[in-house]
Amino acid sequence: MSFEPKITLFSCHYASQQSCAEKGKELQQLGFPTTITLVRVPCTGKVQVTTLLQAFEDGADGVYVVGCPVESCHNVKGSVRAAKKVTAVKKALEELDVESGRIEMFHLPRGLHPEFVAAGVTMDKKIRTLGPSPFQS
Amino acid sequence: MIVAERKPMAEILEMVKDCSKVLVLACRGCVTVCSAGGEREAAALASLIRLGMKKQGKTIQVIEGSLVRQCDKEYIDAIDTWDGQYDAIVSTACGVGVNFIANLRKTTMVYPALNTTFFGGSAEQGIWTEQCAGCGNCVLHLTGGLCPVARCAKSLMNGPCGGSVGGRCEINKQTECIWQSIYDRLGSFGRGSQMETIAPIRDWSTAGHGGPRKTVRDDLTIS
Repeated sequence: MSFEPKITLFSCHYASQQSCAEKGKELQQLGFPTTITLVRVPCTGKVQVTTLLQAFEDGADGVYVVGCPVESCHNVKGSVRAAKKVTAVKKALEELDVESGRIEMFHLPRGLHPEFVAAGVTMDKKIRTLGPSPFQS
Repeated sequence: MIVAERKPMAEILEMVKDCSKVLVLACRGCVTVCSAGGEREAAALASLIRLGMKKQGKTIQVIEGSLVRQCDKEYIDAIDTWDGQYDAIVSTACGVGVNFIANLRKTTMVYPALNTTFFGGSAEQGIWTEQCAGCGNCVLHLTGGLCPVARCAKSLMNGPCGGSVGGRCEINKQTECIWQSIYDRLGSFGRGSQMETIAPIRDWSTAGHGGPRKTVRDDLTIS
């Protein structure tokens, strides 16, 4: 049976602006994977380790965070903080003997751009390769 | 403050492997300040225990709670709040907290989630360094306020040892030679000659070598 991953994306308000374009249809038209559930947050700096772990508890096979470029975060250090939280979860996954690649951080510019879709495609491909989450009972 | 860090998850999961429900109990004292065992860290640990057990094909109910401190009887009594809701407590307090729960809750199994490491301070955000060894016989008045017991790799009383280079410790180049710093600091106060006074052989009995230590303040006891 083919595996359809469940991926949770936490994206900052600025980097995910395009998700609102055309009532959200533009992303689909650009090829954004339908396996991804997008959670918009005011700033990825506010995303906690527990938020990311909860996504796995809620059944995500993969999780990723999209924040502003390191040097031009709208909230100065928000996306850097988010990257550190992602690194902390990667280490925790390794402790549980789970592939750390199930969670990733991307720093992307704001507005309509192909990289946002490309990051989604990358994650979709990677999680399909890794297979279902080992946390599924 | 007492500084600690979380134990490896494999160790914690081994502790709770036979439990069906656990209480992850945070401490709002020192370990909250050093971001090792406060409510936020306890929540993350609870999640990791659930995930870790799920990966092993087991289910576990994990509830979270916190106490003001786990090193005072009156706060430990508040554990009654969760009576009947757990098989064991996983404490994110320092070793003192775990001991206090074990001392006072005769029928409660308690496990340590942290490795208690040292008495220290926050050098900068996210970084803590050891400053005091709790040796019970403070010499800071002789050493410019800098502790050779905790901060010299050899705990020398008559340093420096001669192995330091450029003010860095020969044991670990990342560590300052505290005796170099003591020399510099005493010198800045015009007290460099204090370095010439030979410290006698130290009595370590106050440092726990005479067994567990105890402090009694008769003016405060009520019995």
